[in-house]
Amino acid sequence: MTTAADQSTAALELTSEFWKNAYRQMVRIRLFEGQVNELYTRALMPGLAHLYSGEEAIAVGICEALTNEDYITSTHRGHGHCLAKGAAPDRMFAELLGKEAGYCRGKGGSMHIADPATGNLGANAIVGGSMGIATGAAFAAKQLKNGRVAICFFGEGALGQGLFYEVVNIAQLWKLPVIFVCENNGYNEYTHFSETTAGEICDRAKAFNVLTETVDGQDVHAVYAVSKKLIDRARAGEGPAFLLANTYRYTGHHVGDINREYYRSKQEEQTWKTTRDPIQLHGAWLIDAKMATPEELVAIEEEVRAEMQVAVDFAVAAPYPGPEEVEMHVYA
Amino acid sequence: MPETTVRELTFAQAVREALAEEMRLDSRVCILGEDVAEAGTPFKVLSGLVEEFGTARVLDTPISEAGFTGIAVGAAMTGLRPVVDIMFGDFLTLTMDQLVNQAAKVHYMSGGEWRVPMVLRTTLGATRRSAAQHSQSLHAWMCHVPGLKVVIPSTPYDAKGLLKSAIRDENPVIFFEDKMMHHKLKGPVPTGEYSIPLGVADIKRVGSDISLIATSSMVQVALGAADLLAEIGISAEVVDPRTLWPLDEKTLIDSVKKTSRAIVLDEGYGRYGVTAELASLVAEGAFYHLDAPVLRMGAMHIPIPFSPPLEDLTVATPKTLFEAARKLCGKA
Repeated sequence: MTTAADQSTAALELTSEFWKNAYRQMVRIRLFEGQVNELYTRALMPGLAHLYSGEEAIAVGICEALTNEDYITSTHRGHGHCLAKGAAPDRMFAELLGKEAGYCRGKGGSMHIADPATGNLGANAIVGGSMGIATGAAFAAKQLKNGRVAICFFGEGALGQGLFYEVVNIAQLWKLPVIFVCENNGYNEYTHFSETTAGEICDRAKAFNVLTETVDGQDVHAVYAVSKKLIDRARAGEGPAFLLANTYRYTGHHVGDINREYYRSKQEEQTWKTTRDPIQLHGAWLIDAKMATPEELVAIEEEVRAEMQVAVDFAVAAPYPGPEEVEMHVYA
Repeated sequence: MPETTVRELTFAQAVREALAEEMRLDSRVCILGEDVAEAGTPFKVLSGLVEEFGTARVLDTPISEAGFTGIAVGAAMTGLRPVVDIMFGDFLTLTMDQLVNQAAKVHYMSGGEWRVPMVLRTTLGATRRSAAQHSQSLHAWMCHVPGLKVVIPSTPYDAKGLLKSAIRDENPVIFFEDKMMHHKLKGPVPTGEYSIPLGVADIKRVGSDISLIATSSMVQVALGAADLLAEIGISAEVVDPRTLWPLDEKTLIDSVKKTSRAIVLDEGYGRYGVTAELASLVAEGAFYHLDAPVLRMGAMHIPIPFSPPLEDLTVATPKTLFEAARKLCGKA
């Protein structure tokens, strides 16, 4: 068991550049999602999107412990995972707007961003649907002996899917380098997870004798430390792991889920935002550790804000795919 | 050129030979499924492969069809060429999300970035006294999904050549084997290297009065009926599409243009099935050449019963096809 003190000491051994970059990555996700909400409310974005705001420390803490060649699979709430793994905001916005310059040439949209160049096997709009793909990527990594690790991100709602139990069983039997990351943001869409989840979450993985850890998903240091340990272990051939990261979804199930009081209180949302915000917590830590000044953090935010504006402008101005695209890429 | 001789192989031997040859040629090819290794499957189609290639490439899985099919999808995306064994076609129902929402759509949804070069082998066919959950022919379901290819061979020669092409294909290919043919049907197969491209139909018997367009198990039924028809002076042409997608429309339509009459025959359900699609195709394509309506013969629209005299009523036989063809040719 890694203690909080161990993590803090380990965190201080990394450079200020590393932690300032983690801060920047979290701010990028937050401001990206802010722009997505803006695009929705201005009716510039077709369809809907599921925002990752509030959960940034998980994607960033884990992806900072990965190499570019390692794999991730993501979910319908996937923007944060894609950005943390290295996706460029301009091509992501373009995809969200259905433009040809998007990661999927506009044919995937918000819930299907994929990018071989950064090991992103794809976000997935079937809850739990990517668990087989992530485990398969780990199987290929083991067969091909290329040393890669696969991270399977999913929400606590996906624990209701049978596929999870099938692939965790196989991953453990075959000692595959895959880490199942359960982001428990408290809500299966519009229903509190306590109404859908019998027993303890981690006991599910423990039943297969899979190494299980629980982490505060608002603490990027803790997430990084525990995931680094699990990733190193998987890379060394010691098998899969299950990581439960407790977190909170700041906004609705999707951008159109505005009136939420029938399933949770505004007070609850406020408490998380004011006392558990992962960006504020990490910013305070950087200042306290003298790794950054308040002015530097403001400057980072302003730089990211400008980056996002340029990216949005690029996407809004980008052309749609031509009609000849519609039948392309059905078959390779 | 190595000298080629022709031997008689069973359907199962031809399938096994295709797998063994491709596994020797390409170390990325591996087999996943229930009882595929030492057991060689309950049908003994894969006997001997684990002895040659080892358990690292011929992998016994738990009874988790969705799990190992999903793992194959991810493994195919990341460098392997898995061949999945689904023991009975009826169990395709358990893999549907992984095939339909994942394997079939990954290439398109990612704008052509990711590929899924995998094969899923499974069975079809009734009359094995296996009752309603082990006797269905569900290949039409797969044909309804853009992104999948569907192969449905009728002879050992075709099975070997088509399976080799399926393994080399860059797309998910669903390969259906009639379980009654595995050990009962023998045919000539050359020893030398060959493959058969997907999307090329084959005329199994040349004729001039009526086209019997038949798939898989029904090709033998059509050949049997053609013998009976010849005895009363009707010359039947037997056309085997061999792959349902891609589909060799021209060969089917040209045959019907020549003969002016057609019966489409398939062991799947007649309603909303393969026969409906192929009959519609030739009716449109050869409309001005037709002397009679295009007939369809599929399985009866009922769960397959266990009791032998009942089960035998569910699918076409040479005799029932002979009667239908005779009437269509005006020789009732």
